[in-house]
Amino acid sequence: MKHYLQVVWVILWKDLRIELRSKDVFTSMAVFAVLAVMIFNFAFELRVPDKTVVIPGVLWVTVTFSGILGLGRAFISEKDRGSMAGLLLAPVDRSAIYFGKMLASLVFILVVEAFLLPLMVVFFNTNFLSLPLLLILFLGTLGFAVVGSIFSALAVNTRTREILLPVLLFPIMLPVLMAGIRATIGFMEGDTLADMMKWFRLIFFFDILYVVVAYLTFDYVVEE
Amino acid sequence: MSTALIEVRALRKAFGRQRVLKGIDLSIAAGSSVVIFGPNGAGKTTFLRILATLSKPTSGEVRISGVNVKDNPEGIRQYLGLVTHAPLLYEDLTAQENLRFYARLYGMKDAEPRIQELLERVGLWHRRHDLVRTFSRGMVQRMAIARALLHNPPILLLDEPDTGLDPQAAEMMTGLLREIGGSQRTILMTTHHLERGLELADRVLILVGGRIVFDQRADAISYERLRPIYDEYVGEGAVT
Repeated sequence: MKHYLQVVWVILWKDLRIELRSKDVFTSMAVFAVLAVMIFNFAFELRVPDKTVVIPGVLWVTVTFSGILGLGRAFISEKDRGSMAGLLLAPVDRSAIYFGKMLASLVFILVVEAFLLPLMVVFFNTNFLSLPLLLILFLGTLGFAVVGSIFSALAVNTRTREILLPVLLFPIMLPVLMAGIRATIGFMEGDTLADMMKWFRLIFFFDILYVVVAYLTFDYVVEE
Repeated sequence: MSTALIEVRALRKAFGRQRVLKGIDLSIAAGSSVVIFGPNGAGKTTFLRILATLSKPTSGEVRISGVNVKDNPEGIRQYLGLVTHAPLLYEDLTAQENLRFYARLYGMKDAEPRIQELLERVGLWHRRHDLVRTFSRGMVQRMAIARALLHNPPILLLDEPDTGLDPQAAEMMTGLLREIGGSQRTILMTTHHLERGLELADRVLILVGGRIVFDQRADAISYERLRPIYDEYVGEGAVT
């Protein structure tokens, strides 16, 4: 178990280290997120009298679309540089490779969100941030990274990998995305934490389900 | 008497309708150096990938130290080092960081002396703090050998390790492989280069169309005799 956790950690460390040097993934995700928020802001400014009603949609669409850029690179970068075999040769249960890569993708998306949220407060001129909202965003992002990473590994050996990832990912992510958006709307309309618990439970349930399925299937996904 | 370290029985592999390996039976003694020659598409890479547990056979079995690889692939990987034409290294990490990363993947404790020993052996200790992206192709392949030997595996699989190397770098790598071989390590290498392959081999195989068509001790055959045999199986002019 100690070696398993060590492999998870060392893959996470390796991805973060490489990203700190190259900044390839983060730059594309952050630029996309900023542009998306700006475009939404200008688009809604003319038509929507109360911009707070569109914030939940803008937030989740921006997070998922920028996140998919990072998730797409997670395994493609290993495949393209030919290092995937090096990981698969490690004498450890292959799910450890999956969890290391998934956690790296999760960190990338969370860092983009840390830039995105203050930007949205400025652009939409409303402080909608709260601890429960951050928690629901974290749980939704976790589910997104879990499913996105397994589909990224699945798509990497296909010719249409850039197209296949969103096509596979979004239908599976629908329950988490819907619950996340509903919970965000609820918080912005002043619902209590008790009212929102059903959405927390739903997202938490799907996160657990996705983790279990990913753990059980990763070895088959990367198999030739 | 040498014991068989690698046993391959009726090994077949198909990708859809395309049959790549069509029944390979092979027994490799511990400490031997086996070189497999064959043209592109013969199934050499597929064969090595199955031995390395990176690919599963359609049928047949592979045993390493008597253990069927499908029963304990994680345990078997500890015995294997793999060098391919792709170096399996990260260009945005330094030479030392790459080896530290792989040392942790293999659960090695106190890997620093081993990393230093290997980097010195491949002549890259003075470049240990440099990013791999700044290395020449020959240096990258030497790094790849250091990576494959890091956990001191008893079996070293080499899949066309000289691809893309200039003659000088290829010669340097052949010397390095000769040095790291010896009776303690079993080497299985694929290559197109007959002369270089023969230098390293105890035993020579030719794989064509997913079948082993030739199997002989290397000291029983010279390059001059092997070449026409290879040409006959593979086709005139196919050999470099």
